[in-house]
Amino acid sequence: MFADYTWTELGSIFAMQGFAGLILFSVFVLMALGLAIIFGQMGVINMAHGEFMILGAYVTYLCSNFVEAFVPALFGVYFFFAMILAFFTAGALGALVEWSMIRHLYRRPLDTLLATWGLSLILQQAYRSIFGAREVGVTLPDWLLGSVPLTDIIEIPINGIFVMVLTLVIAVSVYFLMFRSRTGMQSRAVVQNRVMAGAVGINTEKVDRMTFALGCGIAGVAGSAFTMIGSTGPTAGQLYIVDTFLIVVFGGAASLLGTIASSFAISQAQSTMEFFLSGSMAKVLTLLTVVGILMLRPEGLFSAKIRR
Amino acid sequence: MRRLKDLIEHRLSRRSVLTGTAAAAMLVTAGAIAPGHADDVNTTGLAVTEDTVKVGILHSVTGTMAISETGSVQAEKLAIEQINAMGGVLGRKIEYIQEDGGSDWPTFAEKAKKLLVSDKVAAVFGCWTSASRKAVLPVFEQYNGMLYYPTFYEGLEQSPNVIYTGQEATQQILAGIDWVAKEKGAKSFYLLGSDYIWPRTSNKIARKHIEKLGMKVVGEEYYPLGHTQFNSVINKIKLKKPDVIYAIVVGGSNVAFYKQLKAAGIDMTKEKPVLLTISVTEDEIRGIGGENIEGAYAAMKYFQSLDNENNKEFVSAFKEMWGDEIVIGDVTQAAYLGPWLWKAAVEKAGSFDIDKVRLASPGIELTTAPEGYVRVHENHHLWSKTRIGLAKPDGQYELVYETADLMEPDPFPEGYQ
Repeated sequence: MFADYTWTELGSIFAMQGFAGLILFSVFVLMALGLAIIFGQMGVINMAHGEFMILGAYVTYLCSNFVEAFVPALFGVYFFFAMILAFFTAGALGALVEWSMIRHLYRRPLDTLLATWGLSLILQQAYRSIFGAREVGVTLPDWLLGSVPLTDIIEIPINGIFVMVLTLVIAVSVYFLMFRSRTGMQSRAVVQNRVMAGAVGINTEKVDRMTFALGCGIAGVAGSAFTMIGSTGPTAGQLYIVDTFLIVVFGGAASLLGTIASSFAISQAQSTMEFFLSGSMAKVLTLLTVVGILMLRPEGLFSAKIRR
Repeated sequence: MRRLKDLIEHRLSRRSVLTGTAAAAMLVTAGAIAPGHADDVNTTGLAVTEDTVKVGILHSVTGTMAISETGSVQAEKLAIEQINAMGGVLGRKIEYIQEDGGSDWPTFAEKAKKLLVSDKVAAVFGCWTSASRKAVLPVFEQYNGMLYYPTFYEGLEQSPNVIYTGQEATQQILAGIDWVAKEKGAKSFYLLGSDYIWPRTSNKIARKHIEKLGMKVVGEEYYPLGHTQFNSVINKIKLKKPDVIYAIVVGGSNVAFYKQLKAAGIDMTKEKPVLLTISVTEDEIRGIGGENIEGAYAAMKYFQSLDNENNKEFVSAFKEMWGDEIVIGDVTQAAYLGPWLWKAAVEKAGSFDIDKVRLASPGIELTTAPEGYVRVHENHHLWSKTRIGLAKPDGQYELVYETADLMEPDPFPEGYQ
């Protein structure tokens, strides 16, 4: 398939393709981090993860409309406010859900699956009633559109760079929060041994609520960022949920590093195969590989070595 | 008090719009038969009384497909209201029973059965995806119902119990490819679609036609429904440098595809590549964003911006009923034709009986259709013009070409299967 092209062309395309892989990697990390925190750290199967993402997207939509109508001067930078607002809105809803629903189900992990699935249906219908069944268009500031041309063929999408930087910032923040702060230490302590953690004076209920809210908040930011590359509609969250679970399970549920490693593996495999094969075929092969590896390593790529 | 006043004004202004349409529509059905006794016009026990007739509306208002099907529901309700305002069908007001298919094909079949068997409706306006139509088809054939199906689709079907008010694949595809070959000097095509029956069949027809005209297909690819990452295929397109990107991507994927295409530096407002789609109506552009799809061409039979008297009245009546913000796409317009075609067929037959309506249907013509003139073919599809529109940043299409004659519907194209 490459006979007709010059080396420069091929080089450029491979550079572009590498970049496409990196963007996909960032997107995967961004959508999976929140779930990895909730599923991996708390053992809660949150089927409504996609809907929390879409909540972030709708917040961004409202922000863009609001800013366009009332303070057009700030339109160029509204996206940053929108992401912060998306984080807190999704986080607040997360805390509410944890308080009203999840905390009663910690001893029945499979029931959380049903409960959160129900929640996802409720949220979808709520979006449909509030925002209408049709997809909404989020207007982006001009500087986020288009691409930076490096050569004739190599053009770097600006929103791709934006997603990559955002992912890096969030991944680093999560790392510090979970592994270098007091809150994170408490959260990990509760995961390892709830009773002991309670006995040494950690308010386990509060920690649970914070962790759940954090996971949802990150989902909100991801949703907000995805308005640049995807659609915003009542059921758009469903587009992400399968990939998200795949990544988290493949990476090893209890390990954040595993999530990142599995995002990398899956994104590179998929984007390379999409280039050489067709889209549907690439998906099939990716899924088959993941199934194969999970049969050999049921715990996922990185399994936590804790005695339970 | 304020509300009441608004309401009265609202009704009044709507009526004034309606009388316009009504007057025009009367021309079509001139010579309508005087309303007969309920038993005479209904010998098979349908839900027809002395002054009402029941019909069904069967679309998804929940689930993934609600995005697309909402417009059709609105159009059908508008048509029914307008028909009632001018006296109904054979002197009977139309009452509709709306059922929700819930984006789930077995549910569609179940609800279709309910409408036909328990409600005894005289006609059903509904379905959107081919999958839902295939699911209800056996029900309509078994219980002898009449379905008016609005979506452009892949063809290869012709049922005595369905009137297809959208275009079948050849009408949409052949004219589009001919145009792009002639006007844009296209030589090579990259075919891209979502992975299910409609895009695959359509691309099969497109490929045959492209190769017949001596042009080349340099790539053909399908992505799963709901796919959101198109960077790899966009790179492939950049490598192959086709003259035309022929895209039949649907649903949420659409939004991702066009946003990423733009972000990757493929500028559709330039000479090449030309992007030609048959799957993006004004409805979809709302989600995609006009600025992301500016410069693309669409081949279909209706655009909201069509400049003719029928369409102006239709658009203003539609906005009157459903709000100023609304946009109207190809399928919405086709759905609007359903009740009118049914009314014309019933009045021609002088009866609500399904068999008589079926016999009366071929040859029925509408001069009041927003798209212009349409006529029902022997094969239950519509003769209609195919048009090419250029996407503008405001989310509307600008008409750049329309076929001189009506395109003959050909659901079983020879040599194209």
